Amino acid sequence: MSDLARDAARHLRDNQLEQSELAALLLRIWHTPSGWLGSLTSVDHKVIGKRYILTAFAFLILGGLLAVLMRLQLAGAERKLLSPDLYNQVFTMHGSTMMFLFAVPVMEAFAVYFVPLMVGTRNIAFPRLNAFSYWIFLFGGCFLWIAFLFNVGPDVGWFAYVPLSSLQYNPGKRADVWAQMITFTEVAALAVAVEIVVTVFKQRAVGMTLDRIPVFVWAMLVTSFLVLLAMPSIMVASTTLILDRLVNTHFYDTASGGNVLLWQHLFWFFGHPEVYIIFIPGTGMVSMIIATFAGRPVVGYTIIVLSLIATGFLSFGLWVHHMFVTGLPQLGASMFTASSMLIAVPSGLQIFCWLATLWDGRPVYRTPLLFVLGFFAIFVLGGLSGVMVASVPIDMQVHDTYFVVAHFHYVLIGGAVFPLVGAVYYWFPKITGRMLNETLGRWNFWLAFIGFNVAFFPMHILGLMGMPRRVYTYTPELGWDHLNFLSSAGALVFAASFALLIANVVLSLNRGERAGDNPWDASTLEWATSSPPPPYNFSRIPLVTHRDPLWAEGVNLPVVAGLSVERREVLLSSIADAEPHTREASPEPSIWPLLTAIATTTFFVGSIFTPWAAVWGTPPIAIALIGWFWPTGSKEDEE
Amino acid sequence: MKQTIVRNVNELPTYGFGSQTGPWWGAMAFIALEGMGFAVAIAAYLYLYAVNSKWPLNSPPPDLWPGTLETAVYVLSAIPNQFTNRWARRFDLRGVRIGLVIMSLIGLALLVIRGFEFAHLNTRWDLDAYGSAVWFVLALHTTHLATDVGDTLVLTVLMFTRHATPRRFSDVTDNVFYWNFVVIAWLPLYVLLDWAPRL
Repeated sequence: MSDLARDAARHLRDNQLEQSELAALLLRIWHTPSGWLGSLTSVDHKVIGKRYILTAFAFLILGGLLAVLMRLQLAGAERKLLSPDLYNQVFTMHGSTMMFLFAVPVMEAFAVYFVPLMVGTRNIAFPRLNAFSYWIFLFGGCFLWIAFLFNVGPDVGWFAYVPLSSLQYNPGKRADVWAQMITFTEVAALAVAVEIVVTVFKQRAVGMTLDRIPVFVWAMLVTSFLVLLAMPSIMVASTTLILDRLVNTHFYDTASGGNVLLWQHLFWFFGHPEVYIIFIPGTGMVSMIIATFAGRPVVGYTIIVLSLIATGFLSFGLWVHHMFVTGLPQLGASMFTASSMLIAVPSGLQIFCWLATLWDGRPVYRTPLLFVLGFFAIFVLGGLSGVMVASVPIDMQVHDTYFVVAHFHYVLIGGAVFPLVGAVYYWFPKITGRMLNETLGRWNFWLAFIGFNVAFFPMHILGLMGMPRRVYTYTPELGWDHLNFLSSAGALVFAASFALLIANVVLSLNRGERAGDNPWDASTLEWATSSPPPPYNFSRIPLVTHRDPLWAEGVNLPVVAGLSVERREVLLSSIADAEPHTREASPEPSIWPLLTAIATTTFFVGSIFTPWAAVWGTPPIAIALIGWFWPTGSKEDEE
Repeated sequence: MKQTIVRNVNELPTYGFGSQTGPWWGAMAFIALEGMGFAVAIAAYLYLYAVNSKWPLNSPPPDLWPGTLETAVYVLSAIPNQFTNRWARRFDLRGVRIGLVIMSLIGLALLVIRGFEFAHLNTRWDLDAYGSAVWFVLALHTTHLATDVGDTLVLTVLMFTRHATPRRFSDVTDNVFYWNFVVIAWLPLYVLLDWAPRL
């Protein structure tokens, strides 16, 4: 106790101060240093979250432009816009960019920004790891795109099946670029997953028991566990592939005891949970938007949370349904058919809960809710075609056709992108302090909804007509040109909807209506602070007594006092009951995460040219890590 | 929004041990993902084992002594490791310094034995799929071992400086905890690498 008493005397606490004085002191200790060098040292989850979101959207635009190129190429028979070789690179870049550089990062980016706000803390757990994660993601994405610009873009599909991606069939560096881009993005994703798990476990506001956690936070917790358990598989896969190519190992070389199906198992053991890593955050966003715009708590909170967890578990038991045509034992195929159909159940349960919420509430049809309604229609259609392809006989027929392309775009764009754009409209006011324009928002929605369906519905029919995936052209007598033309026209409309979204964001940033703290009258803690939130998020940590705190408490927020105003501190609480037990120091800004990321990038990129990169690339990383962790003598470090 | 202070956390400590701290949970999450990495590597090894009629393919199994010696050192290292843990929780700086020095030396010794183990695998990574799998699994664990030894060395040096503050004792217990994972992860790998090819 004597230590504590000394400590109390040494540190000024927030309960001794008036609101304005408190805000000034907190700003001084929590702000990101100014200047461009200062901005590179930022460890503020909101700064990094915004960078993450913007970067992921930049990759969405790049991936989308590639999609437009492909649709222009396929709009008619025997068009010559793209050469076969370039087309191979373009569809591989499109898939890889969308999956690894857009879909997963953008969901994690929203979590990086909003999870700490929603659980009522001042920064994410391991803020420097968070900064490192962003730099690694940025460098990995740039590495892939720079390689593409130099005609070394991967051309082996987003799943890089062997033996197509083996050295024998893919000399040069294209497949290595793919494999190493995987390493970059997985390191980044795993880092964020660790941060989210620890933030949700340990940094929840006092009283935010397990059954008071916002659904989006639950969704991101489940997603983070999926990342932790699925991504190691793709890292083993990409590493062994690069070893086969670089130092002549034989994992996938049949002549020396290797096996090509091992690749497919490793890839899809990651690849199927990956779908849910993208989809589960989308459902979390849907739950938040529906509750706010229906004006009532979401119906069946417990069912929704358990469905999310069940989906997480089941997602690990489906991977073989991507391999039905590889000649599996029949019993195995039947089991994976059953589990593939089973996973429709928790998703169905959630949809019924959302419908009940809308039914019982007083829905206000603003743009975010429109995108959620679009999600219902598109995702349910994608789910239905999913149940179809879960059946082995149907899958045998439509495997590798445009039917599958239609199916997974319905699921992924319907299940993730529509909720995501809804989320952009929903949370933009919090991030920027301005509302997005509602009229443009409605145009945005209808263009997206109509454009999407016109682009992708015909692909079901094209697939049933036998049009295979990944062909750069087709001959006129096959009779595919009309539907392809229609699809391409739809794709342009869909692309226009994104142009409108960007225009809306640019216009509203400066001229949008001012938002205020809680423009939608929502119930969760991110709306309890100003828009945009100050660097310290909350001047005092909220105390939660209800699942929808802002609806329960009205205008008077119960808070906790006693944290230091002289050093960065976060409150740690117990996992289940959120009882506070420690005031833990939170790291200050640092340039070391960036330097570590640069050293790591040098290692990763060097290692596709020479195995010796593992030797000369390691010491700089070790030095950077020591710099990162070595105490600087600041108040944060010396407790 | 208006605020009403309803609780004061003035008296709470500024650091804790084990599951009370963020870094402990961070270590848990890393253990989960790294453990999954080992599980996947083991699965890949066993898959290649299952699809080949002969295993090892073209070479004798590894010599037993390096792996066995290493396993013995790993298991025995649990003793000084636990003592280090106990000293750290008592804020016994002298004990912690001794414990960390011993653990650093054990780690370095294990890296040397690991070198012998690679030399006595009796196969090369580029010989066949068996050689690739064996080298991959062993290299994966070596990465863990080397990382943890590096971490232990830095922490040891740190505890001899003015930065050996109370909070650092919590870091020591996390290091102890992570070392247990390195040991436990090794045990199935020892059986897999040294005994599975003899079945």
